[in-house]
Amino acid sequence: MTTIAELPPGFADKVLSAQSTFRSVMDAMARPGSVQRIVPVAGTPGPMMRGTAAIALTLFDHDTPLWLDAGMSESSDVVKWLKFHTGAPVVQDSSIAAFALIAEGTALPPLERFALGSSEYPDRSTTLILQVDGLDAGRSFELRGPGIDGVATLQATIRPADLFERLSVNEALFPRGIDVVLVSDDSVVAIPRTTRVANKGS
Amino acid sequence: MNAPAYNFAYLDEQTKRMIRRAILKAIAIPGYQVPFASREMPMPYGWGTGGVQVTAAILGPQDVLKVIDQGSDDTTNAISIRKFFAKTAGVATTTATQDATVIQTRHRIPEAALHENQVLVYQVPIPEPLRFLEPRETETRRMHALAEYGLMHVKLYEDIARFGHIATAYAYPVKVNARYVMDPSPTPKFDNPKMDNCPALQLFGAGREKRIYAIPPYTQVVSLDFEDHPFEPYRFNAPCALCGAENSYLDEIVTDDKGGRMFVCSDTDYCEGRQAAGHHGSLSAAPYKERAHGGSNG
Repeated sequence: MTTIAELPPGFADKVLSAQSTFRSVMDAMARPGSVQRIVPVAGTPGPMMRGTAAIALTLFDHDTPLWLDAGMSESSDVVKWLKFHTGAPVVQDSSIAAFALIAEGTALPPLERFALGSSEYPDRSTTLILQVDGLDAGRSFELRGPGIDGVATLQATIRPADLFERLSVNEALFPRGIDVVLVSDDSVVAIPRTTRVANKGS
Repeated sequence: MNAPAYNFAYLDEQTKRMIRRAILKAIAIPGYQVPFASREMPMPYGWGTGGVQVTAAILGPQDVLKVIDQGSDDTTNAISIRKFFAKTAGVATTTATQDATVIQTRHRIPEAALHENQVLVYQVPIPEPLRFLEPRETETRRMHALAEYGLMHVKLYEDIARFGHIATAYAYPVKVNARYVMDPSPTPKFDNPKMDNCPALQLFGAGREKRIYAIPPYTQVVSLDFEDHPFEPYRFNAPCALCGAENSYLDEIVTDDKGGRMFVCSDTDYCEGRQAAGHHGSLSAAPYKERAHGGSNG
């Protein structure tokens, strides 16, 4: 049993670390495919990566229901750490979650199980925080859409391998849809619902 | 008792988280107005409380802030907001467009081209472009959901029927990423083309109306028009009286009570930069200013 005192720490400087992390995530969302670094350091409970922990401390609170995949929820450290540092409620129903934390991409549920927003309120959708193996090497993906000057190329090692095929539902659903933040260690890449991806193979 | 009286950038952290989440959704859905729990700020509604909250949520100690009001760095609203953040966040401020990382603006887009490392924050009074055509929020929300924008085209057509041209001169409606019709805030329509494919991120905050929306960089922004009445940016046909610029947006300034007037650049930084570079207008014969541009804000 881990006591509260033994839990990994949050940010050393809550205010400026959250600001710095947010700017990285905002830049990532505004420029899909670009790799942004998260500088501030926080404790990383269980399978949680540095970037995921920083995003949690920056964006989660009592207003944001969280859905955790098995890899995250099986770690009592993750659950306790989130509860202590963010106070965000963990929910079983993924369709009401504001954020979903995915440690194991291979076990990503079908995207329709998450909140997709409504036509009137497309912002009421789940943002996926998906931990991946690498954002510097691997398959190449060609990205187009708002925030991208022409074409952006992303090289990444991502599970599930068919993530971008699954995300193609965003095209038909728009303005409803799912926004994804990919995290690998301290690197983040955002794929908002407006981004269209062509798989270039290896 | 040395604790600061305010949190960094004035807002508390819970409020910043809420605004930051709204900003991320706004970027993901270009042109869609995201509702947010706007706070009371230490200034009245109409003085830029929406823009101030957005700026407070994104601002960091490394940022360099510029604030303009109708293009001017030197008016009451611009100076008070600049001082507000200099005091509560300790950030560096500037009047030079090129040097700023965050630019908060009321009703203008700077003349100088923006670059990728900049965020433009607009103060917005009425975010809903359809509000004066349909007062019910439930209805305008449904019209956006269905992309039902015929009413706006009828409004522009009625302009043509009455005046022979589209008479809307400011807050000219645009369509963002071929989906949402958006109010660019009361900027002159002269500025509309600058929003299209802009390298900088554009964020919009409406405090009283509690909405945040955004245009990501490199996003298509089209001013609504008709094939036979294409959109035309309007500019008074004269050079700036101080710097001679023929391509900037002009303010009309009344100089006496006998009908005298002069036209000068509304963007003071652009105008001063041109004068410092040796450009002269018809009324700038006198030595311009002793203080070098870019000095203290005093």
